[in-house]
Amino acid sequence: MTLFLVKRLIMLAATLLVAAIVVFSVLEILPGDPALVMLGVSAQPDTLAALRAEMGLDQPAWTRFFQWIGGLMTGELGRSYTYDVPVSELIGERVVVSLPLAVMALTLSTVIAIPLGVIAASRHNKTLDIALTGAAQFGIAIPNFWFAILLILLFSVTLQWVPAGGFAGWDAGFWPATQSLLLPAFALALPQAAILTRVTRSSVLEVLQEDFVRTARAKGLSRNAALWRHAVRNALIPVITILGLQFSFLLAGTIIIENVFYLPGLGRLLFQAIAQRDLIVVKDLVVLLAGSVVLVNFIVDLGYAVLDPRLRSGGGHV
Amino acid sequence: MKRLFLALATCVAGLVPLQLQAAGDGHLNMGVVLEPPHLDPTAGAAAAIDEVVYANVFEGLTRIDRNGEVKPGLASSWNVSDDGKTYRFTLREGVTFHDGTTMDSADVLFSIERAIATDSVNAQKALFEPIESVAAEGAGTVVVTLKRPTGHFLFNLGWGDAIVVGEESADGNKANPVGTGPFTFKRWVKGDRVELQRNDAYWGEPAKLATATFRFIPDPAAAVSAMMAGDVDAFANFPAPENMVQFEADPRFKVVIGSTEGETILSTNNGRPPFDDIRVRQAIAHAIDRKAIIDGAMFGYGTPIGSHFAPHHPAYVDLTNRYPLDLEKAKSLMAEAGHADGFKATIKLPPPSYARRGGEIIASQLREIGIELEIIPVEWAQWLEQAFRGKDFDLTIVSHTEPMDIGIYARESYYFDYQSEAFNGFMEKLASEVDEKARYAVMADAQKQLSEDAVNGFLFQLAKHGVWNAKVKGLWENSPVQANDLTEVSWEK
Repeated sequence: MTLFLVKRLIMLAATLLVAAIVVFSVLEILPGDPALVMLGVSAQPDTLAALRAEMGLDQPAWTRFFQWIGGLMTGELGRSYTYDVPVSELIGERVVVSLPLAVMALTLSTVIAIPLGVIAASRHNKTLDIALTGAAQFGIAIPNFWFAILLILLFSVTLQWVPAGGFAGWDAGFWPATQSLLLPAFALALPQAAILTRVTRSSVLEVLQEDFVRTARAKGLSRNAALWRHAVRNALIPVITILGLQFSFLLAGTIIIENVFYLPGLGRLLFQAIAQRDLIVVKDLVVLLAGSVVLVNFIVDLGYAVLDPRLRSGGGHV
Repeated sequence: MKRLFLALATCVAGLVPLQLQAAGDGHLNMGVVLEPPHLDPTAGAAAAIDEVVYANVFEGLTRIDRNGEVKPGLASSWNVSDDGKTYRFTLREGVTFHDGTTMDSADVLFSIERAIATDSVNAQKALFEPIESVAAEGAGTVVVTLKRPTGHFLFNLGWGDAIVVGEESADGNKANPVGTGPFTFKRWVKGDRVELQRNDAYWGEPAKLATATFRFIPDPAAAVSAMMAGDVDAFANFPAPENMVQFEADPRFKVVIGSTEGETILSTNNGRPPFDDIRVRQAIAHAIDRKAIIDGAMFGYGTPIGSHFAPHHPAYVDLTNRYPLDLEKAKSLMAEAGHADGFKATIKLPPPSYARRGGEIIASQLREIGIELEIIPVEWAQWLEQAFRGKDFDLTIVSHTEPMDIGIYARESYYFDYQSEAFNGFMEKLASEVDEKARYAVMADAQKQLSEDAVNGFLFQLAKHGVWNAKVKGLWENSPVQANDLTEVSWEK
């Protein structure tokens, strides 16, 4: 288990370093001068030079790279070019929107998908199964931004139950803030739930064919008890893998969803930062997002070990 | 399953009361498309900065009113010497900054000197270029001496980039703007909104609104929902013209199509063959169908232009018929220039819909005379770097939104690379001419010169698509400067 942990941690660090090098190089090549973006078409050359010096852009690339990496190591993320505030402050303000949103979406999709998947599997080829599979197919096919617009039309424009977008802020109270996140979380969760339902269903179906389930039934357990106590637990490994993957999709999804609902989250920060060539923010955010994906995969691996005791001894699975 | 839906239904049912607080009297939720990078108009070109703080939080010596006229701002009056070089401004008395400090000649001096300093990051430093020296006479008078008479100096002082900042607070203005205006800055929730509240110590007539919030909504679909749901009371410039019909049909809203200072042009690289040949540019001018572009790209909103000048300006000359739509003429000009079989070129299109949609229409129009355009979509940052700074483009579409910017055609090595002694002569004359009538005559000559030379494809004046709650009064219909001046805004009782 220790070796497993150490190996994973080294992987984590290596991935982050590669991500850092890639994002830095890509942004070096990408056309667009942050100073020119800030000052626009009327700016005079000396003004641009003054601003570039203020931003530290007049230094060679490798100096800036090591300054940046050194900063990251010591937790110093630098200052945003456009907002002129510490990047850590910007990210801090946005994380409190995006993280609850992602967690809500992930929870929603799990809470919806796992029971539905299990129910569909237990009614294999019956009407309910066919209906659920059909609905799941539909859910996968719907792009989340379009679904989001439908949700807004119904709940905000027609019924006027929730605001069409924006974020009240946690200082406005728990409920108003949560309320701003409900529709976006639901829009993000639906396609994920659809995928998860299908994966759960097929995984449970597969496990139901296993000998140990038949044995459990032979022992005298009822159909449902065998299903929930034995089959579902064993069927969860592929489900957890998909959940882990979905987290990365959620991060990508928030960029679009946060724009549709004009939520001030990390996704929109990244989007804006790229457009405004706030390169330092882009770099920090990409490394942060890469880091969180790697971290989630790490947690998923730990999850396998919890679910499948064979993996704890460091056997077959890596 | 049933329980899940029940739970969801109770969740949303509980939200109703919270929805109603927004539209109360005295508060305005104003939608704007872009979030300003920071809130200091003297340190950035972004129009989004002025759209929030100009005239609301910050004021200059003069101010531009809703009709584009120069009005007294922090200077209650001024007089200009006979040679047009010395401006003596009398400052208002009893004006304080929002932090309580007094606004006097020292602050004006500080503001101007900061803008012209060598390490200045003022995006419109050129506005201050004519200034030779500036001096205070006591606390209440400022004397500005110019190198040469400058016709629109007073107008220039009304720009957001020329606002008066406090010596004590200037450094913090990016995050915490401290001005003299009718509204004080309350807070900025980054990515979401800026909140302002009435300045009760304002020197002039107090604002009618007690509070105002600027909400940043970049996505057109989100903007429609926000208006429809009542989250936003007004969009001074709605991002999607295609939705105006929908708002017009709804009695809750008022739709006002105004004018902007944005001349939308097919910028042409005059320095690069084959566009350095005036016959090719004339052929393009004859091949462009402005009406089709306005209808197709802007859903009918926009005024055709024939030169680089705003149609609502008194000195405007209608030159849209200088090169009427005439494909035969265009083809013969192409043949004369040695391109009877046409040629291939590229068109770089920045993100706004006028460019992306307009570009496709222009590509199909130019195909008629044998010009095959490859469409290259670019981001703004790329456009600035490649087309604007690098002059690496054949054609591009862009709206020049600064007021009275015909002078860009006299700039040396500007991105479309136009060089004309005659035109430069008009600009020099304009700079030193102070008599209004004579100025208008020179402006007319300048417009004709640009049209004659078919410098760029002159397409249309960008419209301002205002939509607001029918009960909101006092918003600007046009935008002579990029601003959302809320001083006169109120709710109908």
